[in-house]
Amino acid sequence: MDNFYALLEGFSVAMQPIYLLYALGGVLVGTAVGVLPGIGPAMTVALLMPITYSLEPTAAIIVFAGIYYGGMYGGSTTSILLNTPGESASIVTALEGNRMAKAGRGAAALATAAIGSFIAGTIATVLLSFVAPYVAAFAVQIGPVEYVALMVVAFLTVGALLGASVLRGLASLGLGLFLAFMGVDLMTGQQRYTFGSPFLADGIDVVLVAVGLFALGEALYVASRLRHGPVKVIPVTGGWTSWMKKEDWKRSWKPWLRGTFIGFPIGTMPAGGADVATFLSYAAEKKLAKGTHKKQFGRGAIEGVAGPESANNAAAAGVLVPLLTLGIPTTATAAMMLVAFQRYNIQPGPLLFEVEGALVWALIASLYVGNLMLLVLNLPLVGIWVKILQIPRPYLYAGILVFAALGAFSVNFTPVDVFVLLVIGVLGFVMRRYGYPIAPLVVGMILGPIFESQLRRSLAISQGDPLALVSTPIAAGIYISLVVIFVLSFWMKKRQRLMESATLDDESPRGKEVSA
Amino acid sequence: MSTIVVGYVPNALGDAALAAAIDEAGRRAAKLLVVNATRADRLVDPGYADAADVTRLEAVLHGAGVGFSIRHGISDGLPAEEVLDAAEESGAELIVIGVRNRTPVGKLLLGSTAQTILLSAPCNVLAVRQP
Repeated sequence: MDNFYALLEGFSVAMQPIYLLYALGGVLVGTAVGVLPGIGPAMTVALLMPITYSLEPTAAIIVFAGIYYGGMYGGSTTSILLNTPGESASIVTALEGNRMAKAGRGAAALATAAIGSFIAGTIATVLLSFVAPYVAAFAVQIGPVEYVALMVVAFLTVGALLGASVLRGLASLGLGLFLAFMGVDLMTGQQRYTFGSPFLADGIDVVLVAVGLFALGEALYVASRLRHGPVKVIPVTGGWTSWMKKEDWKRSWKPWLRGTFIGFPIGTMPAGGADVATFLSYAAEKKLAKGTHKKQFGRGAIEGVAGPESANNAAAAGVLVPLLTLGIPTTATAAMMLVAFQRYNIQPGPLLFEVEGALVWALIASLYVGNLMLLVLNLPLVGIWVKILQIPRPYLYAGILVFAALGAFSVNFTPVDVFVLLVIGVLGFVMRRYGYPIAPLVVGMILGPIFESQLRRSLAISQGDPLALVSTPIAAGIYISLVVIFVLSFWMKKRQRLMESATLDDESPRGKEVSA
Repeated sequence: MSTIVVGYVPNALGDAALAAAIDEAGRRAAKLLVVNATRADRLVDPGYADAADVTRLEAVLHGAGVGFSIRHGISDGLPAEEVLDAAEESGAELIVIGVRNRTPVGKLLLGSTAQTILLSAPCNVLAVRQP
């Protein structure tokens, strides 16, 4: 019951008018960047971080949480109306959602996505409220050896499983660790990877790396690409109150719940992230559908929107469990939120719920509030979100670059940082161009120093015996689960590829004969 | 044969401008040059005609029985510059465009295609109001 009172306490903070305004600002910005392809919540949090230095921690964290949830809502709008997913977790939504929109049922698709996101977000936040304290209580007991094991899991799963190619993911992770170890070694005082330059002795600030990779790299990539003709927005007709018919409600509520309970556990796993959850939910809905509804898959089945959209929001809440209780981010946005915490000298981890209880519960309460705001805002404001897509890219990216440079300068008020930002931006462009995922780099960069100190501590305790790293039962259990995660994920990737090729085949005439 | 340049956008205003241009072409015994372009610098450009719009446009022009050509595609210049270039190259005797009310802030931020054409046109400009 303690946790329940703590949550109520959190609500009393989050419901203060000023924090409600911050939450509103956060969800508005989050939805806007979710709608725009290429500009994700991770980039936005990175860009806004220097600005929020002047805010108190609670306000800043509430803004970031709003951006995080808002991004998930916004992505579905672009997927459905334009068939260009705003972020990777909305790719599955585009499969059915866009077909629905083309068939004139875009309004129903938008509504089921928004209501499903709300229901899933709320249930998942309830789960988060009750699961997280127990995980934290467990995490307090674990020592450096187990920590090292957990981080190895986070590194390998994020590095090897998130991108399309294992090698590229690991290369990106290695690059992140390299950047993390730049500067003076805290234990021996030796300079590492500084090439004798005094500017690098302090290491490279995480904000520079994040802004450089997400903002600058993306801007360069967009500028370099061939220009494509504009896409058409499918107009949505009718008032937003009449969007969902009785039939749609009937077909949606089960996928909403199923999506929630698929999404949340997957989000909490280090290998999770929202993408896997959306795919699993889609596959489940396709399998469970019967009769005429099953035939609709590939031609605009509402279950194929309702399920994955709930799953991605539930996973978004799930990701917060390892972030808040263990200090381990499993997505790029979660990594940026971890950096935001660190800026305020708050270290997410087992002690967070005890040391910063008020802040954490205010954050969780603001997630409930933000979810409700998103539901109320999203449906009536679809027209405005679609207008955002008409902003010419040069204006948009010029603004982002100015923000990025200002933010980089404001970290230490030295021009050298802006130069470092440019170098990292070019690196980000090259990575993007050749298909290297960016999330492993950021996660490696952020967890690298913590990983190093925990590893050294465990080796110091065992007096240099590496076997100690696997000898405790919990650590051994974690490594075994790592193997299980890998086996499962490769099996799942295979399934995913099969499903993708199957959906592609459905569009060709020959494929239809096979499936019929 | 003289030429009339029409700046076309796929909406009611563009159709009104097109109708006025067809009238004018009949009166002056001129042929039409319809311009529709995008810089493709944004994800969604409601002023750009897609394949269906162009087919419809061609049908309307065929039905009207005037000589015409269509310049449609991705350009380097702004839509206003495309219209002005087309007018200069073809030695047009008239440009027809649709005009609508814009807020001062909107014009400040995004500029006004109509205003650019009105002020720099090499010939007379017929400004068609929203029907």
